Amino acid sequence: MNDYQPVLLPGISDLHRIDVYEQHGGYARIRKALAMKPTEILDVVKASGLRGRGGAAFPTGLKWSFMPQEGEKPSYLCVNGDEAEPGSFKDRQIFEFNPHQMIEGILISGYALRIKTAYIYIRGEYESWTRMVEKAIAEAYARGYVGEKMKETFGTDYSVEIYVHRGAGAYICGEESSLMNSIEGHRPYPRVKPPFPAQIGLWGCPTTINNVETITNIPVIMEKGADWFKEIGAETHPGPLLYGISGHVNKPGVYELPTGMLLTELIHDVAGGIPGGKKIKMVIPGGSSMPPLRGDQLDGVHMDADSLKDIGSAIGTAGIIVMDEDTNLLRVLTRITHFYKVESCGQCTPCREGTGWMLKVFNRLLAGEGSSKDLDLLHSVANNIEGNTVCALGDAAAWPVKFTIERFRVELEKELVR
Amino acid sequence: MFTEEELQQVEEIKSHYPTNLSAVMGALHLYQDKYGYVSDEGISYVAKLLEIPEEHVLGVVSFYEMFHQHPTGKYKLQVCTNVSCMLCNSDMVLRSIKEKIGIGIGEMTEDGLFSVHEVECLGSCGTAPVISVNKLYHDKLTPEKINELIDTLKAQG
Ligand SMILES: Cc1cc2nc3c(=O)[nH]c(=O)nc-3n(C[C@H](O)[C@H](O)[C@H](O)COP(=O)(O)O)c2cc1C
Ligand code: SF4
Ligand code: FES
Repeated sequence: MNDYQPVLLPGISDLHRIDVYEQHGGYARIRKALAMKPTEILDVVKASGLRGRGGAAFPTGLKWSFMPQEGEKPSYLCVNGDEAEPGSFKDRQIFEFNPHQMIEGILISGYALRIKTAYIYIRGEYESWTRMVEKAIAEAYARGYVGEKMKETFGTDYSVEIYVHRGAGAYICGEESSLMNSIEGHRPYPRVKPPFPAQIGLWGCPTTINNVETITNIPVIMEKGADWFKEIGAETHPGPLLYGISGHVNKPGVYELPTGMLLTELIHDVAGGIPGGKKIKMVIPGGSSMPPLRGDQLDGVHMDADSLKDIGSAIGTAGIIVMDEDTNLLRVLTRITHFYKVESCGQCTPCREGTGWMLKVFNRLLAGEGSSKDLDLLHSVANNIEGNTVCALGDAAAWPVKFTIERFRVELEKELVR
Repeated sequence: MFTEEELQQVEEIKSHYPTNLSAVMGALHLYQDKYGYVSDEGISYVAKLLEIPEEHVLGVVSFYEMFHQHPTGKYKLQVCTNVSCMLCNSDMVLRSIKEKIGIGIGEMTEDGLFSVHEVECLGSCGTAPVISVNKLYHDKLTPEKINELIDTLKAQG
Protein backbone atom coordinates (compact mmCIF):
# COMPACT_ATOMS: atom_id res chain seq x y z
CA MET A 1 0.00 0.00 0.00
CA ASN A 2 3.01 2.24 0.43
CA ASP A 3 3.25 2.84 -3.30
CA TYR A 4 -0.33 4.08 -3.61
CA GLN A 5 -0.48 7.48 -5.32
CA PRO A 6 -3.40 9.62 -4.09
CA VAL A 7 -5.69 10.96 -6.81
CA LEU A 8 -8.39 12.76 -4.80
CA LEU A 9 -6.08 14.62 -2.45
CA PRO A 10 -2.75 14.32 -4.26
CA GLY A 11 -0.98 16.78 -2.01
CA ILE A 12 0.08 19.14 -4.83
CA SER A 13 0.50 22.58 -3.33
CA ASP A 14 -2.01 25.22 -4.43
CA LEU A 15 -4.05 22.66 -6.36
CA HIS A 16 -7.14 24.59 -5.32
CA ARG A 17 -6.08 27.31 -7.77
CA ILE A 18 -7.37 26.82 -11.27
CA ASP A 19 -3.99 27.43 -12.93
CA VAL A 20 -2.30 24.76 -10.88
CA TYR A 21 -5.20 22.39 -11.38
CA GLU A 22 -4.95 22.85 -15.15
CA GLN A 23 -1.19 22.31 -15.11
CA HIS A 24 -1.94 18.90 -13.65
CA GLY A 25 -4.39 17.80 -16.29
CA GLY A 26 -7.42 19.60 -14.92
CA TYR A 27 -10.36 20.36 -17.23
CA ALA A 28 -8.87 18.00 -19.85
CA ARG A 29 -11.12 15.20 -18.63
CA ILE A 30 -14.30 17.11 -19.42
CA ARG A 31 -13.01 17.60 -22.97
CA LYS A 32 -12.48 13.87 -23.22
CA ALA A 33 -15.97 13.23 -21.84
CA LEU A 34 -17.64 15.65 -24.25
CA ALA A 35 -16.15 13.71 -27.15
CA MET A 36 -18.07 10.66 -25.94
CA LYS A 37 -21.79 9.96 -25.87
CA PRO A 38 -23.50 10.31 -22.46
CA THR A 39 -24.39 6.62 -22.50
CA GLU A 40 -20.73 5.72 -23.09
CA ILE A 41 -19.77 7.64 -19.96
CA LEU A 42 -22.45 5.83 -18.04
CA ASP A 43 -20.98 2.52 -19.23
CA VAL A 44 -17.50 3.52 -18.07
CA VAL A 45 -18.78 4.53 -14.62
CA LYS A 46 -20.72 1.26 -14.36
CA ALA A 47 -17.68 -0.76 -15.41
CA SER A 48 -15.46 1.03 -12.89
CA GLY A 49 -17.43 -0.44 -9.99
CA LEU A 50 -17.58 2.95 -8.23
CA ARG A 51 -19.90 2.88 -5.23
CA GLY A 52 -21.21 5.96 -3.43
CA ARG A 53 -19.04 7.44 -0.69
CA GLY A 54 -21.93 9.12 1.16
CA GLY A 55 -22.82 6.20 3.40
CA ALA A 56 -24.79 3.52 1.59
CA ALA A 57 -22.11 2.43 -0.93
CA PHE A 58 -24.74 2.24 -3.66
CA PRO A 59 -23.30 1.55 -7.16
CA THR A 60 -23.05 4.95 -8.84
CA GLY A 61 -23.49 3.71 -12.41
CA LEU A 62 -26.65 1.87 -11.44
CA LYS A 63 -28.03 4.95 -9.69
CA TRP A 64 -27.33 7.04 -12.79
CA SER A 65 -29.07 4.50 -15.01
CA PHE A 66 -32.35 5.19 -13.19
CA MET A 67 -32.43 8.69 -14.68
CA PRO A 68 -34.69 9.03 -17.72
CA GLN A 69 -32.73 9.30 -20.95
CA GLU A 70 -34.63 12.12 -22.62
CA GLY A 71 -37.56 13.95 -21.13
CA GLU A 72 -39.51 17.15 -21.24
CA LYS A 73 -38.79 18.07 -17.66
CA PRO A 74 -35.44 19.46 -16.58
CA SER A 75 -33.37 17.18 -14.38
CA TYR A 76 -31.02 17.97 -11.52
CA LEU A 77 -27.85 16.85 -9.80
CA CYS A 78 -27.35 17.46 -6.08
CA VAL A 79 -23.86 17.08 -4.72
CA ASN A 80 -24.13 16.17 -1.08
CA GLY A 81 -21.66 18.05 1.10
CA ASP A 82 -23.78 18.17 4.22
CA GLU A 83 -21.13 16.08 6.01
CA ALA A 84 -22.66 16.02 9.47
CA GLU A 85 -22.30 12.35 10.37
CA PRO A 86 -20.22 12.36 13.57
CA GLY A 87 -16.72 11.11 12.80
CA SER A 88 -16.80 12.32 9.18
CA PHE A 89 -14.57 15.15 8.01
CA LYS A 90 -13.41 14.15 4.54
CA ASP A 91 -15.51 16.13 2.04
CA ARG A 92 -14.17 19.27 3.67
CA GLN A 93 -10.69 18.28 2.49
CA ILE A 94 -11.92 18.20 -1.11
CA PHE A 95 -13.54 21.65 -0.71
CA GLU A 96 -10.26 23.00 0.60
CA PHE A 97 -7.59 21.19 -1.39
CA ASN A 98 -9.17 19.98 -4.63
CA PRO A 99 -12.43 21.83 -5.36
CA HIS A 100 -11.85 21.98 -9.11
CA GLN A 101 -11.79 18.20 -9.39
CA MET A 102 -15.24 18.15 -7.78
CA ILE A 103 -16.38 20.82 -10.24
CA GLU A 104 -14.97 18.89 -13.19
CA GLY A 105 -16.71 15.81 -11.80
CA ILE A 106 -19.98 17.74 -11.83
CA LEU A 107 -19.44 18.76 -15.46
CA ILE A 108 -18.80 15.17 -16.54
CA SER A 109 -21.63 13.73 -14.45
CA GLY A 110 -23.93 16.49 -15.62
CA TYR A 111 -23.21 15.73 -19.25
CA ALA A 112 -23.68 11.99 -18.71
CA LEU A 113 -27.00 12.63 -16.95
CA ARG A 114 -28.06 15.46 -19.29
CA ILE A 115 -28.70 17.80 -16.40
CA LYS A 116 -28.65 21.58 -16.75
CA THR A 117 -28.42 22.59 -13.11
CA ALA A 118 -26.36 21.22 -10.24
CA TYR A 119 -26.53 22.24 -6.58
CA ILE A 120 -23.68 21.65 -4.18
CA TYR A 121 -25.28 21.41 -0.73
CA ILE A 122 -22.78 22.49 1.92
CA ARG A 123 -23.49 22.38 5.64
CA GLY A 124 -23.97 25.84 7.12
CA GLU A 125 -21.15 25.49 9.64
CA TYR A 126 -18.65 25.14 6.76
CA GLU A 127 -18.84 28.85 5.99
CA SER A 128 -15.09 29.13 5.37
CA TRP A 129 -15.15 26.13 3.05
CA THR A 130 -18.22 27.44 1.27
CA ARG A 131 -16.21 30.53 0.39
CA MET A 132 -13.42 28.34 -1.02
CA VAL A 133 -15.86 26.39 -3.17
CA GLU A 134 -17.59 29.57 -4.36
CA LYS A 135 -14.23 31.02 -5.32
CA ALA A 136 -13.35 27.92 -7.32
CA ILE A 137 -16.71 27.98 -9.09
CA ALA A 138 -16.25 31.66 -9.94
CA GLU A 139 -12.81 30.88 -11.41
CA ALA A 140 -14.27 28.07 -13.51
CA TYR A 141 -17.07 30.35 -14.76
CA ALA A 142 -14.53 33.03 -15.59
CA ARG A 143 -12.57 30.58 -17.74
CA GLY A 144 -15.74 29.59 -19.54
CA TYR A 145 -15.73 26.04 -18.16
CA VAL A 146 -19.16 26.29 -16.54
CA GLY A 147 -22.44 27.81 -17.75
CA GLU A 148 -23.44 29.07 -21.20
CA LYS A 149 -19.83 29.87 -22.12
CA MET A 150 -19.01 26.15 -22.03
CA LYS A 151 -20.56 25.84 -25.44
CA GLU A 152 -17.98 28.12 -26.96
CA THR A 153 -15.06 26.93 -24.88
CA PHE A 154 -15.58 23.27 -25.59
CA GLY A 155 -17.39 23.52 -28.93
CA THR A 156 -20.40 21.63 -27.65
CA ASP A 157 -24.10 22.28 -27.27
CA TYR A 158 -24.03 21.09 -23.65
CA SER A 159 -23.95 23.46 -20.70
CA VAL A 160 -24.62 23.30 -16.99
CA GLU A 161 -24.97 25.85 -14.19
CA ILE A 162 -23.49 25.12 -10.75
CA TYR A 163 -24.80 26.74 -7.57
CA VAL A 164 -23.99 26.36 -3.90
CA HIS A 165 -26.85 25.89 -1.46
CA ARG A 166 -25.94 26.53 2.18
CA GLY A 167 -27.45 24.42 4.93
CA ALA A 168 -28.14 25.76 8.41
CA GLY A 169 -27.22 23.13 10.96
CA ALA A 170 -29.50 20.14 10.47
CA TYR A 171 -27.97 16.67 10.16
CA ILE A 172 -31.15 15.34 8.58
CA CYS A 173 -30.51 17.48 5.48
CA GLY A 174 -27.79 15.01 4.49
CA GLU A 175 -30.54 12.47 3.87
CA GLU A 176 -31.21 12.86 0.18
CA SER A 177 -34.94 13.57 0.23
CA SER A 178 -34.59 15.96 3.16
CA LEU A 179 -31.82 17.67 1.22
CA MET A 180 -34.19 18.23 -1.69
CA ASN A 181 -36.86 19.67 0.57
CA SER A 182 -34.23 21.94 2.07
CA ILE A 183 -33.22 23.21 -1.38
CA GLU A 184 -36.87 23.75 -2.27
CA GLY A 185 -37.18 25.92 0.83
CA HIS A 186 -39.55 23.71 2.81
CA ARG A 187 -39.09 22.39 6.30
CA PRO A 188 -36.68 19.59 5.40
CA TYR A 189 -38.67 16.50 6.30
CA PRO A 190 -37.51 13.34 4.52
CA ARG A 191 -39.92 12.08 1.88
CA VAL A 192 -41.53 8.67 1.75
CA LYS A 193 -39.87 6.43 -0.87
CA PRO A 194 -40.88 5.36 -3.48
CA PRO A 195 -41.08 7.47 -5.58
CA PHE A 196 -37.30 7.68 -5.82
CA PRO A 197 -35.52 10.94 -6.74
CA ALA A 198 -34.67 9.70 -10.24
CA GLN A 199 -38.41 9.77 -10.95
CA ILE A 200 -39.68 12.53 -8.69
CA GLY A 201 -36.96 14.64 -7.17
CA LEU A 202 -36.34 18.38 -6.95
CA TRP A 203 -39.50 20.27 -7.94
CA GLY A 204 -40.96 16.98 -9.10
CA CYS A 205 -38.22 16.48 -11.68
CA PRO A 206 -35.72 13.63 -12.12
CA THR A 207 -32.81 14.12 -9.70
CA THR A 208 -29.61 12.33 -8.79
CA ILE A 209 -27.93 12.87 -5.44
CA ASN A 210 -24.28 11.95 -5.02
CA ASN A 211 -21.72 12.55 -2.33
CA VAL A 212 -18.87 15.05 -2.89
CA GLU A 213 -16.20 12.33 -2.83
CA THR A 214 -18.17 10.15 -5.25
CA ILE A 215 -18.31 12.99 -7.78
CA THR A 216 -14.63 13.81 -7.25
CA ASN A 217 -13.75 10.28 -8.38
CA ILE A 218 -15.41 10.79 -11.78
CA PRO A 219 -12.63 12.80 -13.49
CA VAL A 220 -10.10 10.17 -12.38
CA ILE A 221 -12.19 7.40 -13.90
CA MET A 222 -12.49 9.44 -17.11
CA GLU A 223 -8.76 9.92 -17.31
CA LYS A 224 -7.44 6.55 -16.26
CA GLY A 225 -10.30 4.30 -17.29
CA ALA A 226 -12.60 1.81 -15.63
CA ASP A 227 -10.04 -1.02 -15.66
CA TRP A 228 -7.48 1.03 -13.79
CA PHE A 229 -10.07 2.04 -11.19
CA LYS A 230 -11.46 -1.39 -10.49
CA GLU A 231 -8.00 -2.81 -9.89
CA ILE A 232 -7.59 -0.55 -6.84
CA GLY A 233 -8.55 -1.95 -3.45
CA ALA A 234 -11.42 -4.30 -2.74
CA GLU A 235 -12.86 -6.24 -5.65
CA THR A 236 -16.54 -5.52 -4.96
CA HIS A 237 -16.00 -1.98 -3.73
CA PRO A 238 -12.98 -0.64 -5.58
CA GLY A 239 -11.19 2.69 -5.84
CA PRO A 240 -9.52 5.31 -3.69
CA LEU A 241 -11.15 6.05 -0.36
CA LEU A 242 -10.84 8.93 2.08
CA TYR A 243 -10.55 7.39 5.53
CA GLY A 244 -11.14 9.80 8.39
CA ILE A 245 -9.55 8.49 11.57
CA SER A 246 -10.32 10.19 14.88
CA GLY A 247 -10.58 9.60 18.61
CA HIS A 248 -7.82 7.82 20.50
CA VAL A 249 -5.07 7.63 17.87
CA ASN A 250 -1.70 9.35 17.73
CA LYS A 251 -2.11 10.78 14.25
CA PRO A 252 -5.77 11.48 13.54
CA GLY A 253 -6.65 12.81 10.09
CA VAL A 254 -7.97 12.07 6.62
CA TYR A 255 -5.93 9.55 4.64
CA GLU A 256 -6.47 8.61 1.02
CA LEU A 257 -5.78 4.92 0.41
CA PRO A 258 -7.37 2.07 -1.52
CA THR A 259 -10.63 0.60 -0.23
CA GLY A 260 -10.35 -2.65 1.65
CA MET A 261 -7.41 -1.69 3.89
CA LEU A 262 -7.01 -3.70 7.07
CA LEU A 263 -8.63 -1.78 9.90
CA THR A 264 -5.72 -2.66 12.18
CA GLU A 265 -3.21 -1.33 9.65
CA LEU A 266 -5.15 1.94 9.39
CA ILE A 267 -5.27 2.38 13.13
CA HIS A 268 -1.77 1.22 14.08
CA ASP A 269 0.37 2.12 11.08
CA VAL A 270 -1.41 4.90 9.21
CA ALA A 271 -2.80 6.70 12.27
CA GLY A 272 0.15 5.91 14.51
CA GLY A 273 -1.53 3.64 17.07
CA ILE A 274 -3.15 4.39 20.41
CA PRO A 275 -1.70 7.01 22.78
CA GLY A 276 0.12 5.42 25.69
CA GLY A 277 0.11 2.07 23.87
CA LYS A 278 -3.28 1.30 25.36
CA LYS A 279 -5.61 -1.41 24.12
CA ILE A 280 -8.62 -0.68 21.93
CA LYS A 281 -12.03 -1.14 23.50
CA MET A 282 -14.30 -0.15 20.64
CA VAL A 283 -14.12 1.07 17.05
CA ILE A 284 -16.93 2.59 15.00
CA PRO A 285 -15.82 2.02 11.41
CA GLY A 286 -17.97 4.42 9.39
CA GLY A 287 -19.38 7.35 11.34
CA SER A 288 -21.49 7.21 14.49
CA SER A 289 -24.49 5.56 12.78
CA MET A 290 -22.68 2.32 12.06
CA PRO A 291 -22.61 -0.73 14.36
CA PRO A 292 -19.56 -0.59 16.68
CA LEU A 293 -16.92 -3.33 16.71
CA ARG A 294 -15.05 -4.79 19.68
CA GLY A 295 -11.35 -4.10 19.96
CA ASP A 296 -10.71 -7.86 20.05
CA GLN A 297 -12.80 -8.34 16.91
CA LEU A 298 -10.61 -6.30 14.57
CA ASP A 299 -7.98 -8.74 13.34
CA GLY A 300 -8.34 -9.40 9.62
CA VAL A 301 -11.19 -6.92 9.17
CA HIS A 302 -11.03 -5.11 5.82
CA MET A 303 -12.54 -1.66 5.26
CA ASP A 304 -14.93 -2.21 2.38
CA ALA A 305 -18.70 -2.48 2.23
CA ASP A 306 -18.97 -6.26 1.93
CA SER A 307 -16.25 -7.23 4.42
CA LEU A 308 -17.78 -4.98 7.06
CA LYS A 309 -21.26 -6.25 6.34
CA ASP A 310 -20.00 -9.81 6.85
CA ILE A 311 -18.88 -9.03 10.37
CA GLY A 312 -22.00 -7.07 11.29
CA SER A 313 -21.12 -3.46 10.57
CA ALA A 314 -21.01 -1.10 7.59
CA ILE A 315 -18.59 1.16 5.77
CA GLY A 316 -20.73 4.31 6.10
CA THR A 317 -18.54 7.35 5.47
CA ALA A 318 -15.32 5.48 6.41
CA GLY A 319 -15.05 7.78 9.41
CA ILE A 320 -13.25 5.54 11.90
CA ILE A 321 -13.67 6.44 15.57
CA VAL A 322 -11.23 4.68 17.88
CA MET A 323 -11.80 4.31 21.62
CA ASP A 324 -9.17 3.03 24.05
CA GLU A 325 -9.65 0.60 26.94
CA ASP A 326 -10.45 3.37 29.44
CA THR A 327 -13.40 4.74 27.49
CA ASN A 328 -16.72 4.85 29.31
CA LEU A 329 -19.13 3.27 26.85
CA LEU A 330 -22.22 4.48 28.66
CA ARG A 331 -21.09 8.05 28.14
CA VAL A 332 -20.37 7.39 24.49
CA LEU A 333 -23.78 5.82 23.92
CA THR A 334 -25.52 8.59 25.81
CA ARG A 335 -23.79 11.21 23.68
CA ILE A 336 -24.60 9.38 20.45
CA THR A 337 -28.23 8.98 21.47
CA HIS A 338 -28.41 12.66 22.40
CA PHE A 339 -27.27 13.44 18.87
CA TYR A 340 -29.99 11.38 17.19
CA LYS A 341 -32.62 12.72 19.52
CA VAL A 342 -31.86 16.34 18.72
CA GLU A 343 -31.44 15.64 15.02
CA SER A 344 -34.61 13.56 14.60
CA CYS A 345 -37.02 15.60 12.48
CA GLY A 346 -39.87 14.25 14.58
CA GLN A 347 -41.95 13.04 11.68
CA CYS A 348 -42.17 9.35 12.70
CA THR A 349 -43.29 8.28 16.15
CA PRO A 350 -40.79 5.43 16.66
CA CYS A 351 -37.85 7.72 15.90
CA ARG A 352 -39.12 10.78 17.76
CA GLU A 353 -40.33 8.96 20.88
CA GLY A 354 -37.78 6.15 20.79
CA THR A 355 -34.73 8.42 20.78
CA GLY A 356 -36.25 10.45 23.62
CA TRP A 357 -36.91 7.33 25.63
CA MET A 358 -33.46 5.94 25.10
CA LEU A 359 -31.86 9.20 26.12
CA LYS A 360 -33.89 9.28 29.34
CA VAL A 361 -32.82 5.76 30.23
CA PHE A 362 -29.18 6.50 29.44
CA ASN A 363 -29.21 9.60 31.59
CA ARG A 364 -30.63 7.53 34.41
CA LEU A 365 -27.92 4.92 33.96
CA LEU A 366 -25.21 7.57 33.92
CA ALA A 367 -26.58 8.97 37.16
CA GLY A 368 -26.07 5.51 38.68
CA GLU A 369 -29.80 4.92 39.09
CA GLY A 370 -30.32 2.13 36.62
CA SER A 371 -29.91 -1.59 36.52
CA SER A 372 -28.96 -4.28 34.09
CA LYS A 373 -32.64 -4.62 33.14
CA ASP A 374 -32.48 -1.16 31.61
CA LEU A 375 -30.04 -2.49 29.05
CA ASP A 376 -32.72 -4.93 27.93
CA LEU A 377 -35.22 -2.11 27.81
CA LEU A 378 -32.87 -0.04 25.65
CA HIS A 379 -32.30 -2.99 23.36
CA SER A 380 -36.01 -3.45 22.83
CA VAL A 381 -36.64 0.26 22.23
CA ALA A 382 -33.86 0.25 19.63
CA ASN A 383 -35.39 -2.81 17.98
CA ASN A 384 -38.72 -1.05 17.75
CA ILE A 385 -37.21 1.93 15.96
CA GLU A 386 -35.19 -0.11 13.46
CA GLY A 387 -36.95 -0.62 10.15
CA ASN A 388 -40.09 1.27 11.22
CA THR A 389 -39.34 4.77 10.02
CA VAL A 390 -39.49 6.97 6.92
CA CYS A 391 -35.76 7.50 6.67
CA ALA A 392 -32.57 5.76 7.76
CA LEU A 393 -31.95 8.11 10.70
CA GLY A 394 -34.12 5.76 12.72
CA ASP A 395 -31.80 2.82 12.03
CA ALA A 396 -28.82 5.08 12.64
CA ALA A 397 -30.13 5.84 16.12
CA ALA A 398 -30.95 2.22 16.84
CA TRP A 399 -27.80 0.45 15.64
CA PRO A 400 -25.15 1.91 17.95
CA VAL A 401 -27.37 1.18 20.97
CA LYS A 402 -28.49 -2.27 19.91
CA PHE A 403 -25.11 -3.55 18.81
CA THR A 404 -23.15 -2.05 21.69
CA ILE A 405 -25.48 -3.76 24.13
CA GLU A 406 -25.12 -7.04 22.25
CA ARG A 407 -21.36 -6.83 21.86
CA PHE A 408 -20.32 -5.12 25.10
CA ARG A 409 -22.79 -6.45 27.63
CA VAL A 410 -20.10 -7.41 30.13
CA GLU A 411 -18.34 -4.04 29.90
CA LEU A 412 -21.61 -2.12 30.25
CA GLU A 413 -22.65 -4.17 33.29
CA LYS A 414 -19.31 -3.33 34.91
CA GLU A 415 -19.83 0.37 34.26
CA LEU A 416 -23.26 0.13 35.89
CA VAL A 417 -21.78 -1.29 39.08
CA ARG A 418 -19.20 1.52 39.22
CA MET B 1 -33.50 46.96 6.13
CA PHE B 2 -31.25 45.41 3.52
CA THR B 3 -29.00 47.82 1.67
CA GLU B 4 -29.06 48.07 -2.13
CA GLU B 5 -26.09 45.74 -2.22
CA GLU B 6 -27.76 43.18 0.03
CA LEU B 7 -30.94 43.33 -2.03
CA GLN B 8 -28.78 42.66 -5.05
CA GLN B 9 -27.43 39.57 -3.28
CA VAL B 10 -30.97 38.37 -2.63
CA GLU B 11 -31.75 38.81 -6.34
CA GLU B 12 -28.67 36.77 -7.17
CA ILE B 13 -29.74 33.99 -4.80
CA LYS B 14 -33.26 34.00 -6.26
CA SER B 15 -31.85 33.58 -9.76
CA HIS B 16 -30.36 30.20 -8.76
CA TYR B 17 -33.76 28.57 -8.39
CA PRO B 18 -37.04 28.21 -10.25
CA THR B 19 -39.02 29.45 -7.21
CA ASN B 20 -38.57 32.21 -4.64
CA LEU B 21 -39.23 29.76 -1.84
CA SER B 22 -35.79 28.22 -2.38
CA ALA B 23 -34.11 31.53 -1.61
CA VAL B 24 -35.46 31.52 1.95
CA MET B 25 -32.38 30.02 3.59
CA GLY B 26 -30.01 32.28 1.69
CA ALA B 27 -32.01 35.37 2.63
CA LEU B 28 -32.16 34.26 6.26
CA HIS B 29 -28.40 33.72 6.36
CA LEU B 30 -27.93 37.27 5.05
CA TYR B 31 -30.35 38.63 7.62
CA GLN B 32 -28.72 36.81 10.51
CA ASP B 33 -25.23 37.83 9.39
CA LYS B 34 -26.39 41.42 9.60
CA TYR B 35 -28.48 41.41 12.77
CA GLY B 36 -27.07 38.46 14.72
CA TYR B 37 -30.42 36.68 14.95
CA VAL B 38 -33.72 36.43 13.12
CA SER B 39 -36.33 38.47 15.00
CA ASP B 40 -40.08 38.35 14.30
CA GLU B 41 -39.52 41.51 12.34
CA GLY B 42 -36.86 39.71 10.32
CA ILE B 43 -39.26 36.89 9.56
CA SER B 44 -41.86 39.35 8.21
CA TYR B 45 -39.22 41.19 6.24
CA VAL B 46 -37.88 38.08 4.53
CA ALA B 47 -41.42 36.89 3.85
CA LYS B 48 -42.33 40.18 2.15
CA LEU B 49 -39.07 40.29 0.24
CA LEU B 50 -39.62 36.84 -1.25
CA GLU B 51 -43.40 37.16 -1.45
CA ILE B 52 -43.94 34.00 0.57
CA PRO B 53 -46.10 33.41 3.68
CA GLU B 54 -44.67 34.41 7.06
CA GLU B 55 -45.65 31.06 8.55
CA HIS B 56 -43.47 29.44 5.98
CA VAL B 57 -40.43 31.50 6.91
CA LEU B 58 -41.09 30.82 10.58
CA GLY B 59 -41.29 27.09 9.85
CA VAL B 60 -37.86 27.21 8.24
CA VAL B 61 -36.25 29.42 10.89
CA SER B 62 -37.48 27.25 13.72
CA PHE B 63 -36.28 24.01 12.12
CA TYR B 64 -32.61 24.87 11.72
CA GLU B 65 -30.20 24.94 14.63
CA MET B 66 -28.12 27.73 13.11
CA PHE B 67 -30.96 30.24 12.84
CA HIS B 68 -31.44 31.97 16.18
CA GLN B 69 -34.75 33.54 17.09
CA HIS B 70 -33.28 35.36 20.05
CA PRO B 71 -30.18 37.47 20.54
CA THR B 72 -26.97 35.58 21.31
CA GLY B 73 -23.64 36.82 22.55
CA LYS B 74 -21.64 38.87 20.09
CA TYR B 75 -19.25 35.94 20.08
CA LYS B 76 -20.99 32.60 19.92
CA LEU B 77 -18.71 29.96 21.41
CA GLN B 78 -20.04 26.80 19.80
CA VAL B 79 -18.46 23.85 21.52
CA CYS B 80 -18.56 20.45 19.85
CA THR B 81 -19.16 17.75 22.44
CA ASN B 82 -19.87 14.89 20.02
CA VAL B 83 -17.99 11.61 20.28
CA SER B 84 -14.60 12.37 18.70
CA CYS B 85 -14.35 15.66 20.57
CA MET B 86 -15.56 14.02 23.78
CA LEU B 87 -12.81 11.41 23.44
CA CYS B 88 -10.32 14.27 23.03
CA ASN B 89 -11.55 16.08 26.13
CA SER B 90 -14.25 18.52 25.14
CA ASP B 91 -15.03 18.53 28.89
CA MET B 92 -11.82 20.48 29.30
CA VAL B 93 -13.00 23.02 26.72
CA LEU B 94 -16.24 23.66 28.58
CA ARG B 95 -14.40 23.79 31.90
CA SER B 96 -11.80 26.26 30.60
CA ILE B 97 -14.47 28.54 29.19
CA LYS B 98 -16.38 28.41 32.45
CA GLU B 99 -13.27 29.26 34.46
CA LYS B 100 -12.42 32.12 32.14
CA ILE B 101 -15.78 33.85 31.64
CA GLY B 102 -18.00 32.15 34.17
CA ILE B 103 -20.66 30.77 31.87
CA GLY B 104 -21.71 27.36 30.64
CA ILE B 105 -23.92 25.86 27.95
CA GLY B 106 -26.98 27.99 27.16
CA GLU B 107 -25.70 31.04 29.02
CA MET B 108 -24.58 34.52 28.02
CA THR B 109 -22.22 36.94 29.79
CA GLU B 110 -23.90 40.02 31.24
CA ASP B 111 -22.16 42.34 28.83
CA GLY B 112 -23.59 40.31 25.97
CA LEU B 113 -20.13 39.64 24.58
CA PHE B 114 -20.13 35.84 24.85
CA SER B 115 -22.63 33.02 24.75
CA VAL B 116 -21.84 29.30 24.98
CA HIS B 117 -23.60 26.73 22.82
CA GLU B 118 -23.26 22.98 22.73
CA VAL B 119 -23.15 21.86 19.10
CA GLU B 120 -23.03 18.61 17.22
CA CYS B 121 -20.07 17.28 15.24
CA LEU B 122 -18.52 20.16 13.31
CA GLY B 123 -16.80 17.92 10.79
CA SER B 124 -13.41 18.57 12.28
CA CYS B 125 -12.96 15.38 14.29
CA GLY B 126 -9.35 14.87 13.19
CA THR B 127 -8.30 18.06 14.97
CA ALA B 128 -10.47 17.66 18.07
CA PRO B 129 -11.43 19.23 20.38
CA VAL B 130 -12.99 22.00 18.33
CA ILE B 131 -15.08 25.11 18.77
CA SER B 132 -16.56 27.40 16.18
CA VAL B 133 -16.68 31.07 17.12
CA ASN B 134 -19.30 32.73 14.96
CA LYS B 135 -17.99 31.38 11.67
CA LEU B 136 -14.40 30.40 12.35
CA TYR B 137 -13.13 27.08 13.61
CA HIS B 138 -10.51 26.81 16.33
CA ASP B 139 -9.14 23.31 16.74
CA LYS B 140 -6.72 21.15 18.73
CA LEU B 141 -7.72 23.22 21.73
CA THR B 142 -5.79 23.38 24.98
CA PRO B 143 -6.62 25.43 28.08
CA GLU B 144 -3.92 27.92 27.01
CA LYS B 145 -5.32 28.30 23.52
CA ILE B 146 -8.80 28.90 24.92
CA ASN B 147 -7.48 31.56 27.29
CA GLU B 148 -5.68 33.30 24.48
CA LEU B 149 -8.66 33.13 22.16
CA ILE B 150 -10.99 34.66 24.72
CA ASP B 151 -8.48 37.38 25.55
CA THR B 152 -8.20 38.25 21.88
CA LEU B 153 -11.96 38.40 21.47
CA LYS B 154 -12.32 40.56 24.57
CA ALA B 155 -9.69 42.93 23.26
CA GLN B 156 -11.61 43.21 19.98
CA GLY B 157 -14.70 43.94 22.06
C1 LIG C 1 -29.68 10.85 8.35
C2 LIG C 1 -28.85 10.75 7.12
C3 LIG C 1 -27.82 11.65 6.90
C4 LIG C 1 -27.03 11.59 5.76
N1 LIG C 1 -26.02 12.49 5.59
C5 LIG C 1 -25.27 12.45 4.45
C6 LIG C 1 -24.25 13.41 4.23
O1 LIG C 1 -23.99 14.30 5.04
N2 LIG C 1 -23.54 13.34 3.07
C7 LIG C 1 -23.80 12.37 2.12
O2 LIG C 1 -23.17 12.36 1.07
N3 LIG C 1 -24.76 11.46 2.32
C8 LIG C 1 -25.51 11.47 3.45
N4 LIG C 1 -26.52 10.56 3.62
C9 LIG C 1 -26.77 9.59 2.53
C10 LIG C 1 -27.62 10.24 1.44
O3 LIG C 1 -28.99 10.01 1.75
C11 LIG C 1 -27.35 9.64 0.06
O4 LIG C 1 -27.45 8.25 0.14
C12 LIG C 1 -25.99 9.99 -0.51
O5 LIG C 1 -25.77 11.36 -0.52
C13 LIG C 1 -25.89 9.45 -1.91
O6 LIG C 1 -24.63 9.70 -2.47
P1 LIG C 1 -23.68 8.50 -2.94
O7 LIG C 1 -24.51 7.51 -3.68
O8 LIG C 1 -22.68 9.18 -3.79
O9 LIG C 1 -23.10 7.91 -1.70
C14 LIG C 1 -27.30 10.59 4.79
C15 LIG C 1 -28.33 9.68 5.01
C16 LIG C 1 -29.09 9.74 6.16
C17 LIG C 1 -30.18 8.76 6.36
S1 SF4 D 1 -36.72 8.38 10.91
FE1 SF4 D 1 -36.54 10.14 12.29
S2 SF4 D 1 -35.42 11.65 11.11
FE2 SF4 D 1 -36.15 10.12 9.61
S3 SF4 D 1 -38.11 10.94 8.91
FE3 SF4 D 1 -38.57 9.66 10.66
S4 SF4 D 1 -38.57 11.04 12.45
FE4 SF4 D 1 -37.55 12.11 10.74
S1 FES E 1 -16.95 15.20 16.97
FE1 FES E 1 -16.33 17.25 17.25
S2 FES E 1 -15.86 17.84 15.22
FE2 FES E 1 -16.57 15.81 14.93
